[in-house]
Amino acid sequence: MASSTDSNVKGENSQVSYKKYINTKTDRVLQSKKHANDIFDVIEYLQSEKDKEVIFATNACSKVFCQLFYRGDLYVGDLPEEEDLVNGDRSAEEKYRIFMRHRYSNCVELLLENIGHKAFQVKETSLCALMKFVAAEGKHPLQNLDEHYNFPRELLQTLVEHLLSEKEDMSLLISRFQEFLEMDDVRYYVMSSVRDNIYRVMGRNKKAVIPVYQNNVFTLLSTINVPSEASKMRHFLVRQDYKLEQWKVAKLKEHKRAFEQMWLVFLKFKLPSNMYKKILVILHESIMPQMSDPTLLIDFLSAAYDIGGAISLLSLNGLFILIHKHNLDYPDFYKKLYSLLDPSIFHVKYRARFFHLVNIFLSSTHLPAYLVAAFVKRFARLSLTAPPTSLLILLPFICNLIRRHPSCRVLIHRPSTAEEPCDDPYVMEEEDPAQCHALESSLWEIKTLQKHYHPDVAKAAMKINEPLTEQEDDISELLELSTFELMERELKAERKTIPLEFDTATELLKSSREVLGVHFSLE
Amino acid sequence: INKTIIVHQLVFCAVPLPAAGGDHHPISKNPFEVKINRKKFDVLGRKSKHDVGLPGVSRSRAIQKRKDTLLKEFRLKDKNNTFIDRRFGEYDSKLTPEEKILQRFTLERQRTQDRKDMYNLNEEEELTHYGQSLAEMEKMTDVIDSDSDSEEKGLLSAELTATHFGGGGGLLRKKSAGDDEEEEHKPRSRQELIEELIIKSKQEKRERQTQKEEAQELTEKLDQEWKSIQNLLAHKTPKAERTDETDKPKLDQYDMMVRELGFEMKAQPSEKLKSAEELAREERQRLQTLEADRLKRMMGDAEEDAVQTNTHISADDMNDGFILDGDDRKTLAYKDGKWNIEGEEEEKEDEDGDEEGGEEEEEEDDEDDAEGEEDDEEGEDDDEDDADEDHCDLQSDEGSEDEDGQGAEEEQVCAEEPPAVSEEQKKAAQEAAKAELPYTFPAPESYSDLKQLLQGHGSEQQRLILDRTLKCNHPSLSAGNKAKLQKLFGFLLEYVGDLATQNPPDLRTVSALIPQICGLCQMFPEAACKAVQTLLSDSGHSMEETLEVKGRAPMPDLDMLVLLKITALLFPSSDFRHPVTTPAFLFLSQALTRCAVVSLEDVCKGLVLCCLALEYVSLSQRIFPELLNFLLGLLHLTVSDKHNMGYTVVSPFRRQGKSCDLLVLKDPNVSHSWNRKPISLQTAHRLPAQSPVERDHYRLSLIDSCLDLVKRCTWLYKDLPSYAHIFQPIRALLLKHLPDLHREILDAIPEKPSQHAPLVFKKKKPIPLKLFTPKIVLDYGKKRGNTKEEKERERLKHKYKREFKGALREIRKDTRFLAREKLSDVMSRDAERKRKVKELYGSLATQEGEWKALKRKNRK
Repeated sequence: MASSTDSNVKGENSQVSYKKYINTKTDRVLQSKKHANDIFDVIEYLQSEKDKEVIFATNACSKVFCQLFYRGDLYVGDLPEEEDLVNGDRSAEEKYRIFMRHRYSNCVELLLENIGHKAFQVKETSLCALMKFVAAEGKHPLQNLDEHYNFPRELLQTLVEHLLSEKEDMSLLISRFQEFLEMDDVRYYVMSSVRDNIYRVMGRNKKAVIPVYQNNVFTLLSTINVPSEASKMRHFLVRQDYKLEQWKVAKLKEHKRAFEQMWLVFLKFKLPSNMYKKILVILHESIMPQMSDPTLLIDFLSAAYDIGGAISLLSLNGLFILIHKHNLDYPDFYKKLYSLLDPSIFHVKYRARFFHLVNIFLSSTHLPAYLVAAFVKRFARLSLTAPPTSLLILLPFICNLIRRHPSCRVLIHRPSTAEEPCDDPYVMEEEDPAQCHALESSLWEIKTLQKHYHPDVAKAAMKINEPLTEQEDDISELLELSTFELMERELKAERKTIPLEFDTATELLKSSREVLGVHFSLE
Repeated sequence: INKTIIVHQLVFCAVPLPAAGGDHHPISKNPFEVKINRKKFDVLGRKSKHDVGLPGVSRSRAIQKRKDTLLKEFRLKDKNNTFIDRRFGEYDSKLTPEEKILQRFTLERQRTQDRKDMYNLNEEEELTHYGQSLAEMEKMTDVIDSDSDSEEKGLLSAELTATHFGGGGGLLRKKSAGDDEEEEHKPRSRQELIEELIIKSKQEKRERQTQKEEAQELTEKLDQEWKSIQNLLAHKTPKAERTDETDKPKLDQYDMMVRELGFEMKAQPSEKLKSAEELAREERQRLQTLEADRLKRMMGDAEEDAVQTNTHISADDMNDGFILDGDDRKTLAYKDGKWNIEGEEEEKEDEDGDEEGGEEEEEEDDEDDAEGEEDDEEGEDDDEDDADEDHCDLQSDEGSEDEDGQGAEEEQVCAEEPPAVSEEQKKAAQEAAKAELPYTFPAPESYSDLKQLLQGHGSEQQRLILDRTLKCNHPSLSAGNKAKLQKLFGFLLEYVGDLATQNPPDLRTVSALIPQICGLCQMFPEAACKAVQTLLSDSGHSMEETLEVKGRAPMPDLDMLVLLKITALLFPSSDFRHPVTTPAFLFLSQALTRCAVVSLEDVCKGLVLCCLALEYVSLSQRIFPELLNFLLGLLHLTVSDKHNMGYTVVSPFRRQGKSCDLLVLKDPNVSHSWNRKPISLQTAHRLPAQSPVERDHYRLSLIDSCLDLVKRCTWLYKDLPSYAHIFQPIRALLLKHLPDLHREILDAIPEKPSQHAPLVFKKKKPIPLKLFTPKIVLDYGKKRGNTKEEKERERLKHKYKREFKGALREIRKDTRFLAREKLSDVMSRDAERKRKVKELYGSLATQEGEWKALKRKNRK
């Protein structure tokens, strides 16, 4: 304690002094076993209130203990209690090792605590120091294990536990941690420890949603990438000399299994809705290909599909892969897809992805005409609320559908009963596409959109006035179109003449067709 | 030797020939002579000239004629002697023989009468020299010009010549003539006479010299005087007068003056002053054309495309866009029963041309105005008035985009009215301004300059300053002014934006500056377009960026709202596609769908955006789905019970959430104390801290406006096929939650969708086969011989051809006739000879016979 106050005083005097102090202490510890007690002073700095001192002390600790590992000055085996040390008849050498081993565990505890420190720098150095310990421990195991595959699993597990905090967003630190996940053995053990951790934490919380924790888990999980080939797995933190082939860690299959189990455990529990979106966005690209059996995701996906709204839209992608590549049979898929269509699809962020998928789903020419007609009619009805960017996708898309299914042409061309006005037989509220009478209807909505304010939309809608061309329109370029891009396109177009308003205004709120001035005043 | 025997006098015993007419008649009647051309068919309406003919008669006539003329000539060929009968009236059938004899007798008598001057040759003929009568010349009537002294030296007085060349006869005669006077003098000798003559002639010569000098002096003096008054007369001297006085050295000056006169502007007839009705009619016509133009633009490209597809493509067109020769003629096409006129653009260009012309003229006018005022009130600060005047000019500028100066003037008349309303206020304001404002301003080079210029003044003063700035830097005054003013437009927009964002927003000033902005925009449409586009694009871009980073963007600030409003004032929002309004539409769309509504201010801004959107589409009646979505969302904010809705709200509104009951009244009874009045635009910027009741009143105002907008929308979109579907969500909401509010909206939206005929494709004309381009002769239909001369020429050509053929035929007939005659000559000659030979033989035979008989006799 005295030394700590001492250091505080010194710290106030100069910055260099604490560095010098720590340096001399560490040097002394390493120089001779006589000065072993100086390690207390260094460790105490880990609790300092000043970030710089903590960082410096962390580095010093990692240096000291790595050196001790190297020298073999840490006790190997089950650690006796420190109180028993005095009574026990052990050699001074042994006592020293036990003492140092205790200091080491003290140090590790403090470092793990520092993972939850408020300063990121401290967190980072603590993490690095711990990982160094992991490496050192792997090289010089502290336990006499029977098997020869020695990896400090306990240390890594506690580290993961601290990383996946329930209170704090650790995403920055986790992204720092990503570099260690490059190592195949670290990754493997992290995956298994994450799995255990989720079980434990979620079980403890009685399966309720813990957004911060789940967010941390997701961040960690999404950084994990299993290598695509077994031959690439040559990168280990701890080198194993013995029977490398039989080591689980070196097998790709085991990795995949661990990866799969980890994800499945994570997805098993209830998730916050934004987490669903995050997962579903990356699901088809970075999760499914790395799993050994992606069909196991079906529960999760169908659950997500049933949630509705944007989450349903997103789960389509995963479902599509399962249906397409893994031979999954999904009953009433189209019916569900049909019921997904509501005005919000034009305003969600994943509009492009959705239309891309719907385009694929409806690309088959073997679909019954009533189904396609129902989709077309529903899209047309919804288009009455869509913004121009969506309409520019939707109108060519509808035309494409009619092209693919010539029997749907009656929607835009019904010469048999022409000139006879009738009600729209289509039933918007009907959930079943077979019952909605879409084939008996016409696309009056598109006719309405011919009066849309945006010239391109109006032109696209005009196309139904004449027989459609054979060639399908390519909508892939339009999918990512934003309103501003549309605006820029308009602004860049070269125009020869610029027509002006000929009714000249004299006041701000006075024109021939004033609406604003009716409701608002200048004052 | 030609011997022409002219018979004048021979009196034959005239035997009158039988009258030709009497002979002709029976022949035409003779049926044996008549040849009838048999007609195979009777063709109606054809007049045949040659169905009946008398070939025998005409042939005999021709032969007779040849005999009379050709044969005679032939007989006389190579015979030089001719016989010309000049007896009086010999071949005149009209004269009776008695008359003829009488006439001949008188002629005979006359000839014998004139015999006496038989040797007086050519009595009556005049002798001439170079075409002039010598007799006239001898009279010497023409007076020798006093100035022309060049011939003087050679000229001798009549007396002198008489004395010199008269062989002295003159002298002698003189002497005899002057006998009476000279009787008292002693008779003089010849010597004396000659001396006297010499002296006399010398004296005469001297006199003439002095006379000439005097004349010279006089002319010089006259010249001098003329010069002194020439300036006064200026251009009005008639040519003749000035030609006298020109001398050699003055020639240049003269030439110059002549040329000047040649180029002098002729006074042009001024346009007739137009009556009020004429002006009104013209104005109406102008507006009609502008409106028609606007409608055309509203219909947009679709129509243009339709026209384009109709153009003919030849079968031998290789589709490489190559056109052999630009066929710029307009094709005649009909559309909807109207003549479809192409080449609008040409017209537009023309208009542009006119526009420029108009501007120039206006500029001149302006200058004139300025000058005139200087003359009128020099002591007064004329700039002040100038600025006042400018205001009107500027307004007229705005309107007269495709008119000449005349139109501008009438515009001016119209434009002067609105300011006249608040004349007194303005006068007062101007009085106040006079005290402090300078009269000329440099064009601001940067935005800060403009800000410095305008800040700290009242709105009316700012308008005045801007007016003067525009006036001082009118593009006609200096070359660089155009660029300066173009930049000024951008600065002004920026300034307006600043005014709208400051706290509290100064919208009065913005409103006051609108005419200036409009004027600048009319002057430089391109620059204005660029400036507005830049602002829209910047704002849109920043919104997009915020959206990407945060997922939601705040509602655009008041400056953007004001800019959108100004855009609607400057550019036609009804156009199908417009470089400014189409992006503005998209900006509105972006703002209405992506900007979060989290406060009452946001609601107010959203409502302003809705008003603007409605204004934008009110003329073209185009559908604006985002507008309806937003209005539905606003109404959704008023609903306190968010369950079981029957409609879906879309972005930026949510079904449930923390800002989902912004418009729910805290106290339902507050509506009794609320009365309707326009909402202040300033509240969109920041809502002042208010009591709950005031906030509720504010909410009620917003709801009221919102409902009114919905009502306007229902009017606007009444004719759309999907009218009922569009308003179905709003109807559901109103029906469920606010059934007693605005009954009329509910009434306007039908419960059941209206009936429509099923869609069918447009009937398309069959595509014609590709055809080869016909060879078109450009001057097709041009009549030959359009002009009188050409017609005459053609006629003559035709006539010549016919005559030529006829002549050939006649010549052939002539030769045939001659040959026949020759043959008959030869035949007759031969016959004669045969006869003669026969005769000779006969006589010889008789002779022989006689001789033989004699011989036989003798022998016997």
